[in-house]
Amino acid sequence: MKIFVMAFKVLKSLFRRPATLGYPSVPREYYKNTRGKISIDIAKCIYCASCQRKCPAQALTVNKLEKKWIIDRLRCVSCGYCLEVCPKKCLAMENNYSASALKKEEEVFEGA
Amino acid sequence: MNNPKRTIVPFGPQHPVLPEPIHLDLVVEDEKIIEAIPSLGFVHRGLEKLVEKRDFIEFVYVAERICGICSFIHGLTYCLAIEEIMGIQVPPRANYLRVIWSELSRLHSHLLWLGLTADAFGFEALFMHTWKLREKILDIIEETTGGRVIFGSSKIGGVRKDISAEKLSEIVTKLNRYAQEIKEITDIFINDSSVKHRLIGVGVLSKQDAYDLGAVGPSLRASGISMDTRKLGYAAYAEIEFSPITETSGDSYARCRVRIRELFQSIDIIKQAVEKIQPGELEVKVSGTPKGEFFARTEQPRGEVIYYAKADGTRFLQRLRVRTPTFANIPALIKLLPGAQLADVPVLVLTIDPCISCTER
Repeated sequence: MKIFVMAFKVLKSLFRRPATLGYPSVPREYYKNTRGKISIDIAKCIYCASCQRKCPAQALTVNKLEKKWIIDRLRCVSCGYCLEVCPKKCLAMENNYSASALKKEEEVFEGA
Repeated sequence: MNNPKRTIVPFGPQHPVLPEPIHLDLVVEDEKIIEAIPSLGFVHRGLEKLVEKRDFIEFVYVAERICGICSFIHGLTYCLAIEEIMGIQVPPRANYLRVIWSELSRLHSHLLWLGLTADAFGFEALFMHTWKLREKILDIIEETTGGRVIFGSSKIGGVRKDISAEKLSEIVTKLNRYAQEIKEITDIFINDSSVKHRLIGVGVLSKQDAYDLGAVGPSLRASGISMDTRKLGYAAYAEIEFSPITETSGDSYARCRVRIRELFQSIDIIKQAVEKIQPGELEVKVSGTPKGEFFARTEQPRGEVIYYAKADGTRFLQRLRVRTPTFANIPALIKLLPGAQLADVPVLVLTIDPCISCTER
């Protein structure tokens, strides 16, 4: 009967550093590929609304008349499909996540 | 219910061991289960219907989100179905990358299951240690695809992301190291007397029952039936040598052992794929729309998943039907429960590795 199989593992772990990170005092480093949040270079945008039509989560609204690009961060699933369909390649995927939302509101980017 | 000794104990939909809602009405006599009556449908989201609103290329993202654990293989199976209908030949490199990601997904799913099972029989420390290992696999996944559980790397016609040769060899080095750590942990599952006490002889599913009730995946293989959909040779599995892992006793311990052995098999498959992968194209251009129908079958960590897609030549599919492995394993679960003790129910429910959000889509 092996009763103390786990005990050795526990004893070993007692003398090791914790496996967890100590966040937020130790920041979590993101990988280059990490899909965090979508950002836009609004100056390049032509308001064609391809991203709005293709967005699987319907998180984007493009207003051509008022030159506005609006994203609902709580709906966005960071899939990156908008990046693929954007003809001007003005969208980018940042590898850090968006800050926690305090209330439900859309983020509006306005072009000149 | 005329027998005064019998009572009904409701189990779920909210229960400490269940991450997702499934409800069982347990007919008990003292502490012994006489019958279990399941009810499902608490997290139905109607994702199959959504196929009429999202075009066939976009739907990959929805298919991936059917399940949070076997997400990649859901997306992959959908892609395989559409590629077959459209007659698309996926480049070999993309096929090998699909194999690598599928096996990484199996690794993290089986480690998750081991942890949850340890938690179900009250072994909190073992749960933590197992999930510590799972986190390292998730890191590899995040580094290569960008997501921890939603990979988003499979698309119709190929894959979105590439893994460089250096990264591939780094993954193999890491996995060799993790294999040692996984062995340390899984030895506890196999040898520890308290674990054995909770698993051996509990919930025996005979070979005949497993076959008749249409069980799939590790639940089927633990009963001695050598059936693994990967043997069909989808993606690049045809060029990889492996044989389905089986156990004969059909109890919870056997199901646990099958999953543990599959962990090492997955690592071996990844190594073979890394050896055989050649530089080349990642995707082919998709033009036109699908017309026709196809059943795609793949092996998820939980068993065989079936995608039926029917397209009529427009950008929107006519019908999509997903038969998930947990759905196929529920009859087997109902067969396992009668005769068991009430205290064993959480462990028994977990041994089929239930994924309810998958099942209800």
